[in-house]
Amino acid sequence: MTVHVAARRPRTGRSPGHVVSALVVGALLAALLVFFVLPVAWVLMAPSKTAGQIVHDSPLSFGSFSQIGAAWRHLFAFQNHAMLTWLGNSVIYAGASLVLTLITSVTAGYALALTRFRGRRALLVITLVTMIMPSATLVLPVFLELNRFHLIGTVWSVILPFSFFPFGVYLMYIYFAGSLPRDLLSAARMDGCTEWQLFSRIALPLAKPVIGLVAFFSFVGNWNNFFLPYLVLPNSDEFPLQVGLNQLLTSTPSFNPVAGAGLDITIPELALAVIVAICPVLALFLFSQRTLVSGMLAGATKE
Amino acid sequence: MTLLETRRVTVPLRRRDTALRRRVGGRAGYLFVAGYTLFLFAFGVFPTGYAFYLAFTNELGQFTGLNQFVRVAKDYRFLPAFEHILIYLVLWLVTLVVLTVLSAVLLRSRVGPRTSALLRFLYYIPGALAGVASVLVWLFMLDPDVSPVSWLLTALHMDTFAAVLQPGNLPVIFMLIAFWTGAGGWIVVMYGALNTISDEVIEAARMDGAGPWRTAWSVQIPMVRQWIAYMTILAFASGTQLFVEPQLLQTASLGRIGLTWSPNQLAYVFAFQQGDFNGAAAISVFLLAVGLIAAGLLVSRSSMFRLDEK
Repeated sequence: MTVHVAARRPRTGRSPGHVVSALVVGALLAALLVFFVLPVAWVLMAPSKTAGQIVHDSPLSFGSFSQIGAAWRHLFAFQNHAMLTWLGNSVIYAGASLVLTLITSVTAGYALALTRFRGRRALLVITLVTMIMPSATLVLPVFLELNRFHLIGTVWSVILPFSFFPFGVYLMYIYFAGSLPRDLLSAARMDGCTEWQLFSRIALPLAKPVIGLVAFFSFVGNWNNFFLPYLVLPNSDEFPLQVGLNQLLTSTPSFNPVAGAGLDITIPELALAVIVAICPVLALFLFSQRTLVSGMLAGATKE
Repeated sequence: MTLLETRRVTVPLRRRDTALRRRVGGRAGYLFVAGYTLFLFAFGVFPTGYAFYLAFTNELGQFTGLNQFVRVAKDYRFLPAFEHILIYLVLWLVTLVVLTVLSAVLLRSRVGPRTSALLRFLYYIPGALAGVASVLVWLFMLDPDVSPVSWLLTALHMDTFAAVLQPGNLPVIFMLIAFWTGAGGWIVVMYGALNTISDEVIEAARMDGAGPWRTAWSVQIPMVRQWIAYMTILAFASGTQLFVEPQLLQTASLGRIGLTWSPNQLAYVFAFQQGDFNGAAAISVFLLAVGLIAAGLLVSRSSMFRLDEK
């Protein structure tokens, strides 16, 4: 039987049907590759050219390093180093909410998985439902709520809603429920460990990879969030980078000839702004690729 | 005898241990979930309730039944916004499902493991450019003056940026942006799901005379259909929420595109341009209902989310 299969395979390999099928497969995968990579390559090349070169030169050509420097100066000179302010704000918002997210979601996931208390099941169900609802659903109600409590325009109006991360709680819950050996905990309990010691000395060190995953998703989600800060922060010096990019866009002559007249923000500067904005996320992406993939699967399967 | 004796000793001990854990663990449990529960109520439960309260009352706080819903639904911008989203969703979901499943199958069974890993990674990179960055990138890609594929745009009779940003093209444009940023991640997930199918199953199908396409259609795809359902419902729920994409294109198009293309934008206009928070809340409740239905379907219809440990 095996011999038969082995003998047949080379023959089908040469048949016209197989060649056509291989061509179709190759063409499709290559088309997808171009689709996904070409825009990234273009954006990486764009800041090295002048606005004129971008229009006339070949799209993926490299201009010059001095041009990157010029684009950099124009970009950071915009509105008195607004880019730096926005970048700093993004770091504060995403960083502070990252800390709050980790504190609340790790402890909550642990308690949901390993202790029994009244209302535990209800908490889990509400968590699941809010986790699957897109976050944008609640942005407007959250705005109205913050407005009611006079928090609009303060840093808390961004940091606090960002810190609510049910997906992180669910990931931690799945991990603690499925992978933390209970015998280990019972043994430690017998030895006289307090609940806090169990958590901090046993559960926490073991959960490091999953905590990293929660941190990644929380940081990236908040870093890229536009809708909420756009609503709750009225002043430019409070903007995170994402909202700042929007302002940059409205100041660009190519997209807004009236407001943008006389400014140095053209397409190379915009492309550079995009690169600056995604740098932290891209770096995280490259470093944590492998963990991410297993985490995405772990987030929704039974082990 | 000895065995029996040890049993007698261990059973009460264990029971006492469990009882201890119930009590002590229980109190610690409340403490440990306190912070999260606070956030859940402040930014999950309460806003939902507040949106409902606003949607059922008027600006004076008087109960008005379904009046707000009827009023916003009668607004001339309401139906078009939901219609736009519907067209976009159909396009986006069909493209997403067909292309992610197809490419995951191809990457799993038609390409060598090294090429496959490299391609998956490259497909995945645009995922880092979510939000505003992705829209900016696509503004460049769609501007015939600077686009690296301007020949393609010209071939499609779109010689100027204005011609590209025709209202009829918007669902396709948003689909492209969403696919560009989101599909890579889903291809990786689908590939992972396909990976869990054992080689024996595939081998058995081949022995039975199934070619690669036949195997994909009759064996691999049915075995990952839970994942396909999961992806579809999540993509559906987030697709109803378009805001940043139409908002930015509106800016970039110098007003050729309306301010109320998507329901979320319409709610935004109600709240911030008309100062009508009750109307905005009514639109939010419409969207919440859609999101909740999708979430409910996902939780109840799939066995992917478990509430109890083994």
